[in-house]
Amino acid sequence: MKKIIAIALATLSMAAFSAGGGDYKPNDPANININDKMALQKGFALYMNYCMGCHGLQYQRYKRTAEDLGISEEVLKSNLIFDGSKPGDLIKTAMPEKYAENWFGSAPPDLSLIARFRGTDWLYNYLRAFYKDPERPYGVNNTVFKDVGMPHVLEPLQGVQFLTEEGDLTLISEGSMSPEEYDNAIRDLVTFLDYVGEPVKAKRQSIGIYVLLFILVFFILAYFLKKEYWKDIH
Amino acid sequence: MTRMQKFMGWVDARFPATKVWNEHIAEYYAPKNFNFWYFFGSLAMLVLVNQLLTGIWLTMHYNPSAEGAFASVEYIMRDVPYGWLLRYMHSTGASAFFLVIYLHMFRAMLYGSYRKPRELVWLFGMVIFVLLMAEAFMGYLLPWGNMSYWGAQVIINLFLAVPYFGEDLVQWIRGDYLISGATLTRFFALHVVALPIALLLMVFLHIVALHAVGSNNPDGVEIKKNKDENGIPKDGIPFHPYYTVKDILGVAGFLFLFCMVIFFFPEGGGYFLEPPNFTPADNLKTPEHIAPVWYFTPFYSVLRAVPDMALGVVAMGLSIVVLFLMPWLDRSPVKSIRYKGWIYKTGLFLFVVSFVILGYLGMKPPSDLFTLIARICTVYYFFYFLLFLPFYHLFDKTKPVPERVTH
Repeated sequence: MKKIIAIALATLSMAAFSAGGGDYKPNDPANININDKMALQKGFALYMNYCMGCHGLQYQRYKRTAEDLGISEEVLKSNLIFDGSKPGDLIKTAMPEKYAENWFGSAPPDLSLIARFRGTDWLYNYLRAFYKDPERPYGVNNTVFKDVGMPHVLEPLQGVQFLTEEGDLTLISEGSMSPEEYDNAIRDLVTFLDYVGEPVKAKRQSIGIYVLLFILVFFILAYFLKKEYWKDIH
Repeated sequence: MTRMQKFMGWVDARFPATKVWNEHIAEYYAPKNFNFWYFFGSLAMLVLVNQLLTGIWLTMHYNPSAEGAFASVEYIMRDVPYGWLLRYMHSTGASAFFLVIYLHMFRAMLYGSYRKPRELVWLFGMVIFVLLMAEAFMGYLLPWGNMSYWGAQVIINLFLAVPYFGEDLVQWIRGDYLISGATLTRFFALHVVALPIALLLMVFLHIVALHAVGSNNPDGVEIKKNKDENGIPKDGIPFHPYYTVKDILGVAGFLFLFCMVIFFFPEGGGYFLEPPNFTPADNLKTPEHIAPVWYFTPFYSVLRAVPDMALGVVAMGLSIVVLFLMPWLDRSPVKSIRYKGWIYKTGLFLFVVSFVILGYLGMKPPSDLFTLIARICTVYYFFYFLLFLPFYHLFDKTKPVPERVTH
């Protein structure tokens, strides 16, 4: 009996231990705010300029995105659509899959749902974890996603990182952004990816509060109704 | 006579509308001492209706093909007005259904509701439980995510354990040499047509059987033994309005929790909607760790606890079969836990603990320690049904059962 309890406790403590993040470095929380319109807009712009060449958002439409993010249709058409798509179109990448497979070994994945698959913390760390590695085909490797097949597209912004023997990343040549600016830019991008993963998230949470309040009032009324009917039952 | 009475008179001459209403609702006498555990029957009904209605609307937009299934789910999530709500109500509803059913079954174990004369109520209920597992398993393939695909792969391959015909049987189930669009379409047909019809029929039988023998109660006293001069049980109250208003209270409480999940935690911490299922099915990319959804994991743990696969499948099957036998395994002179001794209480408590631990372990990758714990819990699971239930009454001291229900 004692043994069983001891084993049960051991199981539970292990569960608590394994509940933390993965065992990669860096391992910082993304701390995103899905209601931050500014961050979402910046993230959308960054995405269209740096990611869209290879990674589509094939389940999401331009127009919906612009509406949710508070971007006018003119700005959308002139600054954010690069391939002549109509606002009502899905955000598909121009890169043909069969060439992409040749170029990268496997086609770059669609990122519509990447935030729901990987989680925002993972993405935030992954995009800050590229380092110089001459042995890789694109000259970079990644501490979060080892031997990833993706070049460091954001290197002009971040600069070049070096992996020390202790396993830490240090900047060896600067990019156009300071480390802090770069972290903020990545946070914006991850915020946008979180939005794209589930565009209704912010809305569902705001509706949810009213739904719960309604049910609470309903519960109180139901409680008194029940009490009234049951007062003659002993 | 009012117009309404005239109309009902016309109907009743042709169809027993008033008779059915009285027998099952207005003059169905239920014990007056139902407690918290008695909410889960009506809640199971609520969740069933939720699954049927949201399911019908999802079917209007869903595309049951290997090429279109995953995209159509995202179409529902993004382009169909309030499609996300329908989808979350359905996906959360699946987990809620099992939670409610497990608590409903546990209630029967607490108060001996499966004992004579309610054996058929319990058997019909168990058939519902098995049908529900099939329904949930097939529904889980439909989003065509990578976990859908590999989860189905693991479960369908269990049939390989069947001697001689295993290979052919598995191919017959899949309709192909691997899980493909052929598997998806047949699972769709079974999920939206065949199994719901079977479920509704069994729910009907479950309730007809229940209303014929009458409900049990937390004291395990037969209220029909004490009737007044009109033939109405002294401890019974009409289901309507007393239990209809009480169940509405239960519904409100349930909906609060249910909507909390839908609107704030629709992934249920990765247990209701699993992260790998947000990537499309890919027969070349196995998810890092394949686990069934949480409501199957206690039985999955039993399967993994046995070193030999074929025997593991047998053990998993038996772990469900023994539940069917409960009315005949339990031989205590007393129905309700209230009048049983500490031996039964301890035995049942340990059963719950081992069931929960098995469920937890089934979600985790196996390790030496985990496998050992799963084996201990599996042994206890079978010990509980096959040795404890039939014989505990020889040792357990029961308390005298009152004539009438208590408050």
